Amino acid sequence: MSKLQSLQIYNCEVSELSKIPVIPISDFRDWIIKAAQSGCRISALFGKPLDKNRVRLFAVLANDEAGTLFLSSADVEESYPSLTAECPQAHWFEREIAEQWAITPVGHPWLKPIRFHSSCRKGQDAFGRKPEDKIIPGITNFFQLTGEEIHEVAVGPVHAGIIEPGHFRFQCNGEDVFNLEISLGYQHRGIEVALIGGPNKRTIHYMETAAGDTTIGHAAAYCQIFEALCDCNVSARAQSLRAIALELERLANHTGDLGALAGDVGYLPTASFCGRIRGDFLNMTALICGNRFGRGLICPGGTGFDLEEKHLTELKGRLAKAAKDITVAVNLLWSTPSVVARFEETGTLTQKTCADLGLVGVIARACGIDRDCRFNFPSGIYQFAQVPVSTWHTGDVFARAYVRWLEIQKSLAFINNQMETLPQRHAAVPLDTLSPEKIVVSLVEGWRGEICHVALTGSDGRFSHYKIVDPSFHNWMGLSMALRDQQISDFPLCNKSFNLSYCGHDL
Amino acid sequence: MIKTILARIQQKHRTIAFPKGEPALPDRFRGRPVVDTKKCANDCRECENVCPTDAIHCSAGSLKLDLGRCIFCGQCQQACKKGAIQFTNEYRMAARSREDLIISDAEIKLADALGTRIRRVLGRSLKLRQVSAGGCNACEADTNVLTTIVFDLGRFGIQFVASPRHADGLLITGPVTENMKLALKKTCEAIPDPKVVIAVGSCAIAGGPYINHPEVNNGADRILPVDLYIPGCPPHPLTILDGLLRLLGKFNSK
Ligand code: SF4
Repeated sequence: MSKLQSLQIYNCEVSELSKIPVIPISDFRDWIIKAAQSGCRISALFGKPLDKNRVRLFAVLANDEAGTLFLSSADVEESYPSLTAECPQAHWFEREIAEQWAITPVGHPWLKPIRFHSSCRKGQDAFGRKPEDKIIPGITNFFQLTGEEIHEVAVGPVHAGIIEPGHFRFQCNGEDVFNLEISLGYQHRGIEVALIGGPNKRTIHYMETAAGDTTIGHAAAYCQIFEALCDCNVSARAQSLRAIALELERLANHTGDLGALAGDVGYLPTASFCGRIRGDFLNMTALICGNRFGRGLICPGGTGFDLEEKHLTELKGRLAKAAKDITVAVNLLWSTPSVVARFEETGTLTQKTCADLGLVGVIARACGIDRDCRFNFPSGIYQFAQVPVSTWHTGDVFARAYVRWLEIQKSLAFINNQMETLPQRHAAVPLDTLSPEKIVVSLVEGWRGEICHVALTGSDGRFSHYKIVDPSFHNWMGLSMALRDQQISDFPLCNKSFNLSYCGHDL
Repeated sequence: MIKTILARIQQKHRTIAFPKGEPALPDRFRGRPVVDTKKCANDCRECENVCPTDAIHCSAGSLKLDLGRCIFCGQCQQACKKGAIQFTNEYRMAARSREDLIISDAEIKLADALGTRIRRVLGRSLKLRQVSAGGCNACEADTNVLTTIVFDLGRFGIQFVASPRHADGLLITGPVTENMKLALKKTCEAIPDPKVVIAVGSCAIAGGPYINHPEVNNGADRILPVDLYIPGCPPHPLTILDGLLRLLGKFNSK
């Protein structure tokens, strides 16, 4: 990668905004396409308005192997030649840019809204909608098959269970799904726009609720940004506590997912055991901070709560019990042939598809790809205490379930280890104001996968732009691909095996 | 089979005794706050200033906290040097009207039961359709958890159903985003009358952390008449369960 085209940085490293190269859009395209071909991933690709007529596109590319990030930018006015046909990873990002900034990626094969809101550049619209047109979510030109034997199934936004809203369109031939198109945006609450001008007293709460099941993950990503920008070093104890919380979040969600998968194939023992054990993990988080989802636990400068000796002893005891229970509950799955048979070869993703789409987290690792920020881009305590990456190679529902189980074991071991070696002295570090005219990228491996936050500060030391990329943003397209050539009745099982976030995507 | 049975024995009986036994809550649990206006002496407004959702109003000798807006972050407790606001371990705080959620010195008026006419229609069961309208999946998760063996919602005759046509009521989470407004209305219309509407979480009551965003509607009662408000961000599962049982008249209201 040529030095002139991009700036190399590390996770949580602050750099001057002025150091990011601004290159012609044609070079910018070539740079991304070539990097993607040689194994880099798009971590973030977004626009930021420059003046009345121009928008600056920023790209954050990740080289997992080297643990480095590359930044570059290019200015565009109304349109630019789309990347997606040559670089499928860009698909969703380009649609987001089109929707937010009314910039048309010319030649984009599936150019339609992803969240259904009007553009942030008033009066302009990439989809030709007039300012007075009412924008109705889920109304767009869905990909359609025609033919006598083809039928279409539409599901949502309101689904059968207690679950967030989204719309799914299946093109089917009998039971077989040719294509599933996913249309979201129902949960759009305007978080990114509200973050501009911050940090303020609401900022941390936006982070905690961007995806409420990933409270720790998003709050930690934000705090790393905050601390990097005011050059503050968080105490080792606070870093350790944060990692314990992050792993507890992973444990709770992975456990819940395995229970839900068991329930979906009608295997009730594991379903009901895991439903309960998930709660045990959530209650451990509540033991630390009073809230089952970790609200108030992670805050800029450290943690909102410390672990007293009595809490530590209690936590150790509870974790040991839960470890035993979860082992028994989950091992039932692997020793029940009807469960394994139902999981195997359902919703298979090839490693190539996964790499082409730039999928992250459990989904990527279940395709045999070593991709885990805790290992590739370690920050905080993960720089000193490694969590081995868990992978499985089959890319099916089984692999996604099995990787979760492997990770549960690793997280349990990690937390135990941290509790044994918990550094002394909890000190919340006093915070300064943010450094002006800077950019920083923060990556955290949440339970679903890579959480990427990018912050830009203006001359006043306030956020002039804040980008959140939830792992679901990358992975929804993966679910769509996993459903191809499957039976429509496999959808619930495949969907659970991905368990993606709607609000994390919609923001 | 034998493995399954052994596992079943190993996992034990886990349903909590609620409502008979008192539930164990973590000592750091931030439940219903109490306000002591006498302690608030100097009109310093520190609490007002730190509150992220403008849930607190103080003016000349009066201090009011809106539990509907509160997201239970506890910042006000930390900010108030005089200790005029304290979060307690009390999980019960569901109310029947929006005004009942605005607390000051007096005890909160907890939810009372539905009218006898509608309770007669419901009989001993309550079937609810849940709709998430911008919820962050924490309120949803802690509603869903009621159906696990720990709380075993079914034993109270309450059940979540897939079709609004089978439902007696609607349980709403989230601030009601613009993009979910229509779907929420349609779901409610599909529920046969008489119906019950329940708002769970500070989002569904007043917009939560998203209050006054143009993308949201500041809560369910801007769209539909609400019969029960359950505060929290998210409410503890027991807060939700307590609210539902009060509505059905299983407790006498305090
Ligand atoms: S009230 Fe809080 S927990 Fe519930 S949906 Fe809103 S932000 Fe999430």
